[in-house]
Amino acid sequence: MSTENRGTPLVELRDISIAFGGIKAVDHVSIDLYPGEVVGLLGHNGAGKSTLIKCLSGAYQADAGEIWISGDKVEIRNPRDARAHNIETIYQTLALADNLDAASNLFLGRELVTPFGMVDDGRMEAETRKIMGRLNPNFRKFKEPVSALSGGQRQSVAIARAVYFNAKILIMDEPTAALGPHETQMVAELIQELKRQGLGIFLIEHDIHAVMELCDRAVVMKNGQRVGTVNVKDVTDDDILGMIIMGKKPPQAY
Amino acid sequence: MTKAASDTQSTPARRSFLETLEIDTRLLGMIGAFIVICLAFQIWTGIRALPEITYNPFAWLANGRYLLPQNVFNITIQMVSVAIMATGMVFIIVTRHIDLSVGALLALCSALMGLLQVWIMPTALGLGIGNPAIAPMTMVAGLALGALVGAFNGWLVGYQRIPAFIVTLGGLLIWRNVGWYMTSGKTLGPLDQTFLLFGGAEGTLGTTLSWVVGFIAAALAVFGLFQARKTKAGHGFAVKPLWAEGVLAGVSVVAILGFIAALNAYQIPAAKLKRMFDARGEVMPDGYSEGFGLPISVLILLLVAVVMTIVARRTRFGRYVFATGGNPDAAELSGINTRLLTVKVFSLMGFLCALSAIVAQARLQNHTNDIGTLDELRVIAAAVIGGTALAGGVGTIHGAILGALIMQSLQSGMAMVGVDSPFQNIIVGLVLVLAVWIDIQYRKRKGIR
Ligand SMILES: Nc1ncnc2c1ncn2[C@@H]1O[C@H](COP(=O)(O)OP(=O)(O)OP(=O)(O)O)[C@@H](O)[C@H]1O
Ligand SMILES: [Mg+2]
Repeated sequence: MSTENRGTPLVELRDISIAFGGIKAVDHVSIDLYPGEVVGLLGHNGAGKSTLIKCLSGAYQADAGEIWISGDKVEIRNPRDARAHNIETIYQTLALADNLDAASNLFLGRELVTPFGMVDDGRMEAETRKIMGRLNPNFRKFKEPVSALSGGQRQSVAIARAVYFNAKILIMDEPTAALGPHETQMVAELIQELKRQGLGIFLIEHDIHAVMELCDRAVVMKNGQRVGTVNVKDVTDDDILGMIIMGKKPPQAY
Repeated sequence: MTKAASDTQSTPARRSFLETLEIDTRLLGMIGAFIVICLAFQIWTGIRALPEITYNPFAWLANGRYLLPQNVFNITIQMVSVAIMATGMVFIIVTRHIDLSVGALLALCSALMGLLQVWIMPTALGLGIGNPAIAPMTMVAGLALGALVGAFNGWLVGYQRIPAFIVTLGGLLIWRNVGWYMTSGKTLGPLDQTFLLFGGAEGTLGTTLSWVVGFIAAALAVFGLFQARKTKAGHGFAVKPLWAEGVLAGVSVVAILGFIAALNAYQIPAAKLKRMFDARGEVMPDGYSEGFGLPISVLILLLVAVVMTIVARRTRFGRYVFATGGNPDAAELSGINTRLLTVKVFSLMGFLCALSAIVAQARLQNHTNDIGTLDELRVIAAAVIGGTALAGGVGTIHGAILGALIMQSLQSGMAMVGVDSPFQNIIVGLVLVLAVWIDIQYRKRKGIR
């Protein structure tokens, strides 16, 4: 897919910087994302990938830089603001309340309520069963607190939460890190389906094959800075690995 | 939906009696401990009351004084103020905080309410003693002060990030002494007549009304059980067998009505009855007797228990309290304003301290500086004995109330059989540590956390 003439980007992060103490975790990075596109975010451990997308999800506030959504400059001060812009996030840490069950986690902050304003656990569980049936049909532990789930089952819950609410912009920080091969395949299919529906997806992923398979473009980061961006079709996996490991920019990159 | 239902029913066919009932075994353990305490003191007092040594356990039980209606009544009204605060402490501890200032805040609210009804309203504002507006206005002011001071504590914890331990340790020293300063250390009394009704023995519903309340409560319990069953079935989830539902309903009804029967059996002393008739300008008929029935303070506790349970289980606020306790970062990332939540939780605690201040002051029939002393420890102990985990995220309202009841039964029992007072405190301390130890073992066994 070419980057020209596609109208306004869904998301534009312009010149984002954020530092923790002396460490510049993200250093003047700009990236964009178009509807129906999957942009991979790559880089070594500690490159600043999670920190960058947390500025978009409202978990952090950038020290400098601008966020534009569908052509409008916006302020995202907290996760509530991000949700209001239809941004959903699967965090690397999953961000689940261990003492609550899958349904309570899925609807956390957006509970379904009865006409009397009471939380409707029955309806939430039924909805959770429906979506988990699509994502992970082997999932059975609807009554247990999520602390009793395996790493992969927990990840399924986090993914279900992000896709349930009709996001326009989806951020996935290593969504398949804990999943088995079958479940990973199902997430790959899910990503492709969401893409067809016109969502924009930021995908942070270490597995280069998954990147080649799923992403339209890839952004490589190193030490908080953007090394370059490539159209995945135009490069080989060795080109991308070279960018990640050596910071070497192939001619096709911009 | 049929698929979902068959999923859950594919669990092993043979389940134990208790599993079928789906009662939390932890709760059952606490109820068991409570029954053991009651029987032990009943037997102890029974053996003492018998003129000569017998080896007949039924004689021991029959002669015990511990389970006499009078003692049941007294234990109940003595536990109310700690139990009310313990329900709020559950939320505080679940959100990974602590409140050491509840006793001091109770004293502050009590001081304000004492001043208002004894001096400010009748004299300074000229309403006159016995004005019917005094009690409600006093209570509103006291409850508002409690909620306000609580909110201030919550603001310091939530927005200024001072650890709750420090904020409320400061509060423990501050609030009681602010109250002391306001009253110049004087004992305030006599209290307003209407206000006194909230203390316990002075204000009871009488036998008929108590039965009415009892039957309504029993009906609600049964209705609640079957409503929950209907909702579950409506979504196609597995439900317990009907007989199990019936057993639970039966036990609840017997427990509720038995409790009302005990309170109704406690007869108002003749001298007091006569005073009541005299006050109404009537003559007491010969041989007239009347039971106390359900105290208003206990009715308040029951209402607090129901409301707090609904808040914990059925409202978004309650859901956020538990989510924040389970993982504060996840709660924040889910868009929950955890700072404001902290303010609300502490404010609710303050409100309940003020409510307890009404009950405690009315029961003691005046305000003294030392009202509620050491209550912070009793309240925390009740919540913890009731299964609230200090690590956060886990706790129940009924557990905390049962915890308060267990502590009060133990204390009353020991006082009744004449255990020396240092030993009383030693035993309460041991019970607290033992309860937490058992809880840890239980969780290990069950593989929770
Ligand atoms: N809350 C924080 N406080 C201090 N330093 C932080 C914080 N979050 C991230 N950092 C630092 O910022 C840098 C970037 O971290 P980040 O988590 O964004 O890396 P990443 O690219 O997601 O790595 P990984 O692939 O391991 O997930 C690291 O050096 C990290 O130590
Ligand atoms: Mg990361």
